[in-house]
Amino acid sequence: MPNVFIAFQRNEETRPIVEAIVADNPAAVVNEQPAMVKIDAPGRLVIRRTTIEDEIGRDFDLQELQINLITLTGHIDETEDEFVLSWNP
Amino acid sequence: MQIDLRTVSITPLRQTFSHVADRLGADKAASRYIEATMDVQPTVNYHYRPTWDPAHELFDAARTQIVMRDWYALKDPRQYYYGAYTQARARMQETAEADFTFVEERGLADRYDDAARRTALDFYVPLRHVAWGANMNGAAMCAYGYGTAITQPCLYAAMDQLGMAQYLTRLGLLLGSQGELEAGKQAWLAAPAWQPLRRYVEDTLVLKDWFELFVAQSVVLDGLLFGLAYKEVDTELSHQAGPVVSMLTRFQAEWFQEHTKWVDTVVKAVAAESEANRALLAGWVVHWRARAREALEPMAQLALETGAAQAALDRVAAVLDARLAKAGLAV
Repeated sequence: MPNVFIAFQRNEETRPIVEAIVADNPAAVVNEQPAMVKIDAPGRLVIRRTTIEDEIGRDFDLQELQINLITLTGHIDETEDEFVLSWNP
Repeated sequence: MQIDLRTVSITPLRQTFSHVADRLGADKAASRYIEATMDVQPTVNYHYRPTWDPAHELFDAARTQIVMRDWYALKDPRQYYYGAYTQARARMQETAEADFTFVEERGLADRYDDAARRTALDFYVPLRHVAWGANMNGAAMCAYGYGTAITQPCLYAAMDQLGMAQYLTRLGLLLGSQGELEAGKQAWLAAPAWQPLRRYVEDTLVLKDWFELFVAQSVVLDGLLFGLAYKEVDTELSHQAGPVVSMLTRFQAEWFQEHTKWVDTVVKAVAAESEANRALLAGWVVHWRARAREALEPMAQLALETGAAQAALDRVAAVLDARLAKAGLAV
């Protein structure tokens, strides 16, 4: 299955997001580069609001992702609770 | 000449402090909250005991009957360290200030219904003395508590209470005049409706066991009083005369939502630690809950009809009981 990926700037704001992604996607591979962190996952990658909220201890709006977002691949399915990347039609 | 640009990756030798890495189980990046909290309080190299309490060390876990294997298990779900806390409060304060400005600029306080104004002044202004007591209590928990994880948010709660006392003062000045503050103080000192609550506050000021103080103040009194003052009475005043007072007490209402998250997490962790802790907590809750209920009854009637006051207190008590049950403390 082809990978989807998402890349963020590497900073204090994205660290809990990356941790939440790793917790929710056991198959995800984190690739930490200077100033950037890229996460690959086979076929599907889900970012859950509640997991991020547990990590940071405050309410989180998934659109806050965009601030530190560098790039991504995959079809996007975005709701208030989940941000899902996948290659499924 | 040709210049090759290439990326050099410099890996730090360590990701975090070794005492934090020990707790995380691996050397991985830790949040600022964890780094600013874990094992921050000194535990060794105290050669001398404080002259004011030679039975204990300066930081001594034995100042409460509660026993924890690790006091750093009492983490704050809000993850407040100084920076995060001040930023969060600055945001809340900005909103509250905007509300005060709105009420002032539109002349809402001048046009406020006079009967509701009297009720609001009689009910809310003396509460600033309760808030001051809560400030002292928070500072005491911070001073005598053990472990930065719990002492840090206790001090934040203390400062919040001081801020709320100031908001109540400003509410008094906005709806009334300087004289209302003096009248509020006299009511606090002499009016029969306030004496049971004043006794409660003054009794908590001299509690020796700081965790019992946490139960009496943060769990029980805050739990019942904020529900009563900033939900029940607030709803009644809004019903009578519109939402002016709701705007002026917005900080308190929002703060309470957040405060309970922290309090419930602490209660849950302590109750889960051991049966002995759970029994102690249950005993304290039963004792202080009964006293608080008794203390709040007369002052609740300053703002609500007798029957409505009872019903309101029943509702806030049910909310507190539900919170405690969820935290594993069904009493």
